[in-house]
Amino acid sequence: METLNFLLQGFAVALTPEHLMFAAIGAILGTLIGALPGLGPANGVAILIPLAFSLGLSPAASLIMLTSVYAGAMYGGRISSILLNIPGDEPAMMTTLDGYPMAMKGKAAEALAISAIASFIGSLLATIGLIILAPILARFALHFGAAEYFALFALAFATLGGITGKNQVKTIVAACLGLMIATVGVDISTGNQRYTFDILELYEGVDFIIAIVGLFAVSELLFFIEKHVGEGLAAAKLNKLNLKMSDILHVIPTSLRGSVLGFISGVLPGAGASLGSFVSYTLEKRVVGSKGQFGEGDPRGVAAPEAGNNAAANGALVPMLTLGVPGSGTTAVLLAMLISLNIQPGPMLFTQNAELVWGVIAALLVGNLMLLALNIPMIGLFVKLLSIPPKYLMPVVTLVAAVGIYSISNSALDLYFMVGFGLAGYVLRKLEVPLVPVILGMLLGPEMELNLRHALAISDGDWTALFSSGLSLTIWSLAFLGLALPYIVGPILRRRMENARARLEVPEEGD
Amino acid sequence: MKQRPLRKLMLATSLVFATSSAMAFEPERTAECIAPANPGGGWDFTCRSVGKVLTDLGYIEGNVQTVNMPGAGGGVAFAHTLSKREGDSALMVAASTATTTRLAQGQFRGMTAEQVKWAAALGADYGVIAVAQDSPYKTLNELMDAIKADPLSVKFGGGSALGGWDHLKVLIAAKAAGVTELPKIKYLAYNGGAEAITQVVGGHIQGFTGDVSEVLGFVESGDLRVLAVLAEERLPGELGGMPTAVEQGIDAVAPNWRGFYLPAGIPDDAYEWWTQTYDKLYASNEWKQVMQQNGLMPFHKSGAEFEAFVQQQVKDIRELSIEIGLIK
Repeated sequence: METLNFLLQGFAVALTPEHLMFAAIGAILGTLIGALPGLGPANGVAILIPLAFSLGLSPAASLIMLTSVYAGAMYGGRISSILLNIPGDEPAMMTTLDGYPMAMKGKAAEALAISAIASFIGSLLATIGLIILAPILARFALHFGAAEYFALFALAFATLGGITGKNQVKTIVAACLGLMIATVGVDISTGNQRYTFDILELYEGVDFIIAIVGLFAVSELLFFIEKHVGEGLAAAKLNKLNLKMSDILHVIPTSLRGSVLGFISGVLPGAGASLGSFVSYTLEKRVVGSKGQFGEGDPRGVAAPEAGNNAAANGALVPMLTLGVPGSGTTAVLLAMLISLNIQPGPMLFTQNAELVWGVIAALLVGNLMLLALNIPMIGLFVKLLSIPPKYLMPVVTLVAAVGIYSISNSALDLYFMVGFGLAGYVLRKLEVPLVPVILGMLLGPEMELNLRHALAISDGDWTALFSSGLSLTIWSLAFLGLALPYIVGPILRRRMENARARLEVPEEGD
Repeated sequence: MKQRPLRKLMLATSLVFATSSAMAFEPERTAECIAPANPGGGWDFTCRSVGKVLTDLGYIEGNVQTVNMPGAGGGVAFAHTLSKREGDSALMVAASTATTTRLAQGQFRGMTAEQVKWAAALGADYGVIAVAQDSPYKTLNELMDAIKADPLSVKFGGGSALGGWDHLKVLIAAKAAGVTELPKIKYLAYNGGAEAITQVVGGHIQGFTGDVSEVLGFVESGDLRVLAVLAEERLPGELGGMPTAVEQGIDAVAPNWRGFYLPAGIPDDAYEWWTQTYDKLYASNEWKQVMQQNGLMPFHKSGAEFEAFVQQQVKDIRELSIEIGLIK
């Protein structure tokens, strides 16, 4: 009952005209960002963070806008998957398997509509899951002492690479880079300066918002310059929508199954949306068996991964909001945003900032309805937007990012840092070093260090205190599993995902 | 035509004489307030709320623009005020006890409190020392006795860095209570008061040190017991239930004031105007309302009195910091 009350209060926050407007803006921008190949949800949120700062939005408005962007990007990813056979973002990869064949058969509009409905069901169920699960996890808060937090951060780092991650070593290198950057600034446990070289601007460390914008948005621009992609994507054709009620009912069981699986893989740290969509797709194939025409344009093959990845995206908000441990790259970016707004995510968030959290959750529900409305009747508009040449889009993106960064602290040094991070991001991406662990290192490193020190201070220097409670032991074993699983299950899962993808590419070559 | 420049000059000089005799100082139409932190923090609030009341009451005709200049816990803004804004009488910079603490400990390298003009404090949040509701310590004296017996038995948590104001509050109270081994008192620095409070309520550490505004929600919910407020007398209204340290025989007072400094080199009459304006603002109903809504408690000093207070606070903090070995 208490939860319901909070949720109603949340709606009071989310339904103010101002917040509705920002949710709508976020939903539109998010769908667009998701639809553009290359600009994934993490980049999308990263690019728009400075916008939120430069507009001087309140924490609630910023968060509502950015979570709508996040939700929108998950919707948008499917558009180019279906129409062009290019996933707009990684989680949308599985959607190409049946989405593109459907489009080839002249059923693009139906595929888009079905996937929008499946996305809606996925997001809706996952948001309900978030509403139920988050307060339970948050109540767990008081059991977390310094030792447990330290174990929790170890878990976050252990699962960084993700179960499907390819190169654990590169992930570790990236995380170490982040940890190193995080040591710059005042060490609050001793009050000493570290690596600040008497430069006042460095006393508070390197702002991770700057790092995020540089690493993601600026490097994106550099990649664009390199590729000289002047033209937009080939104009995609869209047929007239002819969707019957029975078609929708047909995919509802699929969507429900996909949602549940997606949500679970979203909540688990390290799994994320890509795994969510993959698991949903393969399970659906099992359930339906030989009756389906998977890979040849089965609507259920579109519904399952879309329900799965949208559910996983919302599921990933659970550990981020309640424990301060992001389950995916995008939630890591959202976490950075929260910290920059002086809101400390974690167990206390639900008691300290109840109004804000529930406002955001309510906004997710409202945003979902908006996205459904946007994505069925207005789909033609997004298809048109897809053909905007990036040569107009990218400079605007960079300008917004630069203005936003400057407006945070009115310091030109921040802009130099942004460019520096952009160059570093470019080099790292060339070397195929993932960027998200860098951000996570910067975000979680100081917390992890602090908690280790606290744990040792509390135990008067006894290291066994780190493993003394049942809770910390449980988290440690999970962390160990997170490290070991990619070596055991990873290759199998990866092979299957690639196989599924390869099977699709055969007819494509035949064209 | 040749006469024109001369006439202009005469006009100008007469104007100067007229203004200087009639009115001592004419405030600029607009003013700027530097908040040395990101939006959303205490300094940002100080700038925005004072700026609003200043314009609402008509002391500043135009508007008061808040500029966020985070960095080095206020050091970037302090350096900016020293090097670029000397003599700018339309600028005020938000400050608090955190500013004096850093100045006292030499954290703004090469800069001292004498290099700016301290204008006024317009309210304060008082220090508290609290324990969990189920803690064996019922009074501040019991807690201090436990520390005297074994300094490691009570670990404190607070929202500031080691050596920061939250840490110093414990030391001020312990020193006043006659604890001799100050450097041995354990203080854990958290990223904010709330985080430290959770650890106290969860039983992971024993003592919380912070501000009154940070504990209110937890006192209401019955999770936290305030052993002492570090104010001269009991706080007004509902907060009066919390005992002070002074009434328990421990002479410790630790206000975290909120106020402003002005750049050096501004004319005396400008300084005069600002301090008088702050006095009037503090007395206004509009400001009283802001204070009440935001949990600010009465605390007001301005002009020379505030200068002296700041210098004394810097001196006290420096001595304490040397005593615990934080600085040499």
